[in-house]
Amino acid sequence: MAEGRAAAAELEPAILPTRRVELKVKLLTIFVVLTNVFGNLAMSWGMKHQTAELGVSPLPYIRLIFSPWVLLGATLLIFWLLSRMALLGWADLSFVLPVTSIGYVMNAVLGKYIFGEAISWQRWTGTAAIVIGIVLVGLTTANTTPASAPEEAR
Amino acid sequence: MRWAMVAIIVGATALGDILQSYEMKRHAVSVNELRPNRWVRTLRNLARRWPLVLAVFLMAISFFAFMKLLTMADLSFAVPVTAASVVLETVLARVLLRESITAMRWAGAFCVACGVALLAM
Repeated sequence: MAEGRAAAAELEPAILPTRRVELKVKLLTIFVVLTNVFGNLAMSWGMKHQTAELGVSPLPYIRLIFSPWVLLGATLLIFWLLSRMALLGWADLSFVLPVTSIGYVMNAVLGKYIFGEAISWQRWTGTAAIVIGIVLVGLTTANTTPASAPEEAR
Repeated sequence: MRWAMVAIIVGATALGDILQSYEMKRHAVSVNELRPNRWVRTLRNLARRWPLVLAVFLMAISFFAFMKLLTMADLSFAVPVTAASVVLETVLARVLLRESITAMRWAGAFCVACGVALLAM
């Protein structure tokens, strides 16, 4: 019994950092997904309720950014961009991309219930295929390449 | 016009993501640097790294093309169709970033690609 406890204590330092890294990756992934979904939602709402004529000139787009819904969407998408950047330092690109694709599904569902968009069976099947893809990738290891130490630790 | 916007979004996103992943793998951000009281310092450090600046520029192109696409298409079409970048980026991650992509991960990317094709129908 005592031997078992000693063996567990020896293993603990090796196991704990791994768990911490996994939790860190999971929490940041959730944050990345939520900022993306609600950012897109606010942007879409703002764009659907704008009346400006959009062409090649960037000026109408810049003016649009300062309308409340588009501004909220853009702010959330800035948080999405930065948090995703941090996540890419901790996990593979080929892991982050499919796993965060759950956002596509959430967007499709919100598009239906909030904007009343018609979603055909093809779109629902496509959404299901994306979910299966996410689950498959989620079962793999998050990082297969050695990431560097954080800047401050160097 | 709708598909031209999709092509711009996918191309710019793929290039931007490869640059971000490459640079963030070289110098990752620590949990401490994500605390609100250190955001300004962290942002200043990130802004000094040219691959990240170029990646943000590419993301801005993708963003404006996405805004234009939203005026032409439903949200439930516009957002999922841009998932085409997942397949392109998985291939680029293998070739350029030398990530080890297992059969399960390829299968996942393939499923996402099929999903995108169905959504685009």
